[in-house]
Amino acid sequence: MTQARGSRIAGWTSANFIVVVFALFPVFWIVMLSLKDPSTIADGRLIPSKWSFESYKGIFKQAVFTDALRNSIGIALIATVIAVVLASMAAYALARLNFPGKTLILTMALAIAMFPPISIVGPLYNMWRNLGLFDTWPGLIIPYMTFTLPLAIYTLSAFFREIPWELEQAAQIDGATPWQAFTKVIAPLAAPGVFTTAILVFIFAWNDFVFAVSLTSTTAAQTVPAAISQFPGASQFQQPTGSIAAAAVVVTVPIIIMVLFFQRRIVAGLTAGAVKG
Amino acid sequence: MSAVAETPGAAPARRGKVATDRAKAERKLGWMLCAPAVVVMLAVTAYPVLYAVYLSLLRADLRFPHNNTWVGLDNYGRVLSSSLWWSDVWHTLLIAVCSVVIELILGMGLAIVMHRALFGRGLIRTSALIPYGIVTVVAAFAWRFAWAKAVGGFVPKALGMSFDPLDPTHPFWNYVVVILTEVWKTTPFMALLLLAGLTLVPEELLEAARVDGASAWQRFWRITVPLMKPAILVALLFRALDAIRIFDSVFIISNGNNPKLETVSILGYNQLLNRLNLGLGSAVSVLIFILVALVAFLFIKGFGTSLAQQRGET
Repeated sequence: MTQARGSRIAGWTSANFIVVVFALFPVFWIVMLSLKDPSTIADGRLIPSKWSFESYKGIFKQAVFTDALRNSIGIALIATVIAVVLASMAAYALARLNFPGKTLILTMALAIAMFPPISIVGPLYNMWRNLGLFDTWPGLIIPYMTFTLPLAIYTLSAFFREIPWELEQAAQIDGATPWQAFTKVIAPLAAPGVFTTAILVFIFAWNDFVFAVSLTSTTAAQTVPAAISQFPGASQFQQPTGSIAAAAVVVTVPIIIMVLFFQRRIVAGLTAGAVKG
Repeated sequence: MSAVAETPGAAPARRGKVATDRAKAERKLGWMLCAPAVVVMLAVTAYPVLYAVYLSLLRADLRFPHNNTWVGLDNYGRVLSSSLWWSDVWHTLLIAVCSVVIELILGMGLAIVMHRALFGRGLIRTSALIPYGIVTVVAAFAWRFAWAKAVGGFVPKALGMSFDPLDPTHPFWNYVVVILTEVWKTTPFMALLLLAGLTLVPEELLEAARVDGASAWQRFWRITVPLMKPAILVALLFRALDAIRIFDSVFIISNGNNPKLETVSILGYNQLLNRLNLGLGSAVSVLIFILVALVAFLFIKGFGTSLAQQRGET
């Protein structure tokens, strides 16, 4: 009995160990790379032979990176707020109200979720240039909020369906209008779901590369993923490996913080949208 | 107060009248609440797609913006008769099929560990979410730097490779790196979708099978897999459609120019934004759209009943 228990514990320990190594090793590698002294970057060692913060000091001196960081944060936050507000309204209606056209809206959202972004990059590029939105914040915020709306609507309506109906009815029996029932009763109950959705939307906007690289051209709106892919080396003959590694670590920090603090919420959000969608 | 005083007999008549008024208000509110999201989605996806279809019928070059001429389906003919398009379709499908199959196997393992682990579930879930959350460009760079001999990656050194696995002359290794990157980045997502299905498998059933002497392997294949089939199909569909659009990781790992590793999305991007050929590029965009729609259609058609079943259950 105890022997069987012991081997089960050993089995799970090794399973856990494999998962953790599988998930974290590439992150570990890029962190090590970013901490190498520029002279030893190409030595092919995993652990730096000479540690230094040179790469980090370097990128924070370059406007290419600092502006991109500002753009990434601003654009991702604004897109998240707008997408979550619009999606909450729609998801509330889809989860709670009865009206014709519901299925059509859900089908449309599903179609967009499966949509290849590259298919609209060309037309958007042309349209944005004509409308003066090329290389601006709104030029990226608009596609980000659009492409996250389906995910947000599905996740939120899954959460909204879990909220007890009776409370809304109780509020209406007490004389609240449907709108009041929404703002006073349901909204506070829905806050955790809304927050979870916001995390998922933020991760999408923070992550995007296709739109960022196609619809921007200067530091006015370029986000970090696009900026990293075009980092110049310190000189023409030098690979910008260290700068890229350091910048990569910097943009990964917010993601790691979110994952550490909100792991349960992210898992709940992703599984809720999948099963109940 | 009046609600409390109401007699049970009077309630239905009153509710009927209220319901019609309420139904109207409800319908109006429903439309009002959905309108902004619907308008945005239509304006930013449906309209550009139609615009892309229109542009694909023109000879349109951004370097000569006033020389647009109507050429009908000419652009499609040129794309579909070029070997470049078909080899890019092949590259895309190769990457998509290999990575999704590996992800399904690893994702199932990861989902089971997340679901069943005796201890450390929080640690596992947190670690697994890091690849999911990490910026794809960053993941691609991490893998590229690890494998590229030119920038001192440790993998070629550790494996004693005499060549650079990322050099375009070694397409096999190019694909290995791209597929590994995809698998690393998206297996956690696959695992979470599968986990959602795993939690729906009733514990009593598994317990009953165990009492009847079924081995763990039998319980997995005879009970768990059939019951979570809808979740598996949803996960496969989502990942397959996602894999066909692959752009970021290939763009970074191939450094933007490796014809052996070019996928359809990269082809579209190059036509549109490097060669500024709006007509031809739009034709590629529309064809990618059709390719994705076709795969989605075949999936839903092929497994439609299971998906409908799942929807009925929830």
